[in-house]
Amino acid sequence: MVNKSPKRKKIGALSIKNVTKIYDPSGVNVKAVDDCSMEIAGGEVCMIVGPSGCGKTTLLNAIAGFHSITEGSIHLDGELLCGPTKPKAEQSAERMVVFQHGALFPWKTLQENVAYGPTVQRVLSKNEAMDKAGQMLAEAGLGQFVKKYPGEVSSGMARRAEIVRALINNPKVLLLDEPYRAMDALTKQIMHESLLETYDRTGVTIFFITHDLEEAIFLGDKVHVVTTRPCQLKKTVEVKIPRPRSYATQSSEGFRKLLEEVNDAVHEEAVKAFQAGEREMA
Amino acid sequence: MTQSSTTQLDGNAKPEGFELFMLRMNKKFKSVDPYLTVAGIGLWLFAYWVLCEGLEIWRFNKLPGPVAISKDWFSTTPFQGISIFTQEYYDHIAVSCQRILFAFGLATGLGVPLGLFMGWSRSIRDYIFPIIETLRPIPILAWVPLSILLLPGFEGPVIFLATLASFFVTTLNAMLGVDSIDEEYFRAAGCLGSSRWDIFRHVVVPGALPFIFTGLQISIGVAWFSLVAAEMVSGDLGLGYLIVDAYMNNVTVPMVIAMITLGFIGYFSSACVRALGNKLMAWHVKELAQQGR
Amino acid sequence: MSAVGNFLKNTTTRRGVGAIVCFVIIWHIGAMIDDWTGVDVLGIGLVPPPGDVFAAFLGVIPKVGYWMSWVSSFSRVLAGFLVAMIIGIPFGLLLAVNRYFRGVFFPPFEILRPIPPLAWVPASLIFWPTNEMSIAFVTFLGAFFTIVINVLGGARSIDISYLRAAQSMGASQMDLFWKIVLPGTLPSIFTGAAVGMGITWEVVLAAEMISGGGTQGGGGLGFFIWNSYMGGSLEQIVVGMISIGIAGYICSSTIRKIGYFFMPWRRLF
Repeated sequence: MVNKSPKRKKIGALSIKNVTKIYDPSGVNVKAVDDCSMEIAGGEVCMIVGPSGCGKTTLLNAIAGFHSITEGSIHLDGELLCGPTKPKAEQSAERMVVFQHGALFPWKTLQENVAYGPTVQRVLSKNEAMDKAGQMLAEAGLGQFVKKYPGEVSSGMARRAEIVRALINNPKVLLLDEPYRAMDALTKQIMHESLLETYDRTGVTIFFITHDLEEAIFLGDKVHVVTTRPCQLKKTVEVKIPRPRSYATQSSEGFRKLLEEVNDAVHEEAVKAFQAGEREMA
Repeated sequence: MTQSSTTQLDGNAKPEGFELFMLRMNKKFKSVDPYLTVAGIGLWLFAYWVLCEGLEIWRFNKLPGPVAISKDWFSTTPFQGISIFTQEYYDHIAVSCQRILFAFGLATGLGVPLGLFMGWSRSIRDYIFPIIETLRPIPILAWVPLSILLLPGFEGPVIFLATLASFFVTTLNAMLGVDSIDEEYFRAAGCLGSSRWDIFRHVVVPGALPFIFTGLQISIGVAWFSLVAAEMVSGDLGLGYLIVDAYMNNVTVPMVIAMITLGFIGYFSSACVRALGNKLMAWHVKELAQQGR
Repeated sequence: MSAVGNFLKNTTTRRGVGAIVCFVIIWHIGAMIDDWTGVDVLGIGLVPPPGDVFAAFLGVIPKVGYWMSWVSSFSRVLAGFLVAMIIGIPFGLLLAVNRYFRGVFFPPFEILRPIPPLAWVPASLIFWPTNEMSIAFVTFLGAFFTIVINVLGGARSIDISYLRAAQSMGASQMDLFWKIVLPGTLPSIFTGAAVGMGITWEVVLAAEMISGGGTQGGGGLGFFIWNSYMGGSLEQIVVGMISIGIAGYICSSTIRKIGYFFMPWRRLF
């Protein structure tokens, strides 16, 4: 029922097996991720929920290829990204990241930002890339802002443009690291609707880190609750609310029940994390 | 002025160009600040005049007052040799400016790329940075005798000293500029499939620009600083030389004229650097404007 | 031995040491090049080789005159610097907190600021009765402008919400100044002090060279260099340069240490 668009290809399946990551700054071992395993099917929206600073981002960084892992392996569509023989994955446009604080280049206009990927990969010429970028931005409702710098538009607009910048590269997986963290609830709603619309159109696999439970259930096919540091999978909740989803879904009985279920799982971890009082890892 | 107020009444239309300028001027003259500025400068000039010429206080009477200076400065037949009508004045200015342009250009051309490479590549930094840090604590003026001995003519040492001073500042700021770029931009560029060279061109260079231009503004200041020192010690022409020459010949007015001229040109040159920076970094200016700065 | 081994384990240190060793070797080769080949490249052959400089250094260390130069340069730097701090910090703070004061005093300040400090040397020689006083004055000027600008910028950039928070807790105007504005400006004061110290050394050096080091007492390190230049002793010029480098470094690291002591909340980083 869930994945039925004609464009949909079943690519972008992530398989995370027994991943452990130990940071070793100046000889003090910090275990950020401990023996964490999860399977993410192609075209699935997978939400990772856990307390702040628990090591969710570490996992994302390992998939994206920013960090090495200590043990375990990660495969994308059966291909090894990183594992015992190759501790650090290569960065590639098939796994696009949307960052927590936003990483649109402030010195390029929105259009130049979006056109950047295809241009440097030599997929399109500069002009073609600019045309396509303008078109995709217009589709995302940003048509009148293409010539603006990121500093001139609202954070919601910038975030939307950043997702366009990721999607223009036809990635297999979209990795989002708490992208809507700093937004007010009203903007968040709009961003959710726009992301759902994008997902329904493209069917890209989404790996989404958040600590907003309603966001997790509203957007996700599966919600993975992880423990406080070191990060381990604690519970997986399947969200069987049919798509396309709308805002009305959030007030349904089923939604409330799921929310309670996830909240029960996550609250205990949140208390543990709070009492540990550790500073969030950047 | 009436025009600008009608624009305001029209509502949404934002004033632009000349109207915007008028609007700003109008606003400015309604506040107390410009009058305070005039009062401040007037008060200062008056105090200067009273001390040097009005009451001729002990020791102050050795210095030329504002009246004596302006009389000579704007006279066709200057009493002490230098005025805006004498060719000599412009010769000194031209020589100093040429030296600065050359030294500043050279230091920027060498310093910016070196600093960027040092910020961009760990190994380049590891090899170059210690040498720079070893040489940098030596004040530029300590190089004076050595450079006079080693470099030929008057021009060589003067330009060398100005370049050296400028070079250290520019290099370090370019390097710090790269350090200041958020790690996430590098990661994003990596994700998007950039080569190392793409990252240098599209992330390192534009990201470091704000720091580079801060550095360039400081650097042109220190270039003037060392140029004047070098000209005073070993010069044949130039504003620094004019100051010492006047001192040696016991004429005080050209000395003060040269000082004021130096102040003006120094201010003007750093304003030029700032304007160029703002032109190159439209994104940065707009970002700051959005933050209300 | 193992301490040295550990020290060299770090790639950065190893490369740094390597780079400096290379630098000295290139210096040596450069200095000897005309002796070896008989070709004089741009006077580079005049540079004394590092070995000779080291020997000159050893030769100068037991001499009292050399240490007297240290003392007199240091005392000049400290005098000018301290006066600049004592006058500059309150002046900068006043500029920051009082709008009318800023309106009246900032414009003349801005007019005088772009004049390079050394351009004041002859005027100050004419004005002040003794050489020593004129050196002190120019030294003071060099540090003063930098310190004031930094204090002003620092005090003006304090987050307004700190002031509001303090006011809402019932702070008086004096409390605001002592508990918020002053600590909030401290980082900029120390930045200004570090930069100002650098300029002070430049100015003292130049003043010592230009004025011939003063007739009374030791002439200072600037005079030491100038004297070596007049006497044609290149080794001693380089010795003087290195000495001043060390002296400047001692001063700026002292300022850093003091800053570290006064700003415990900045130690986190």
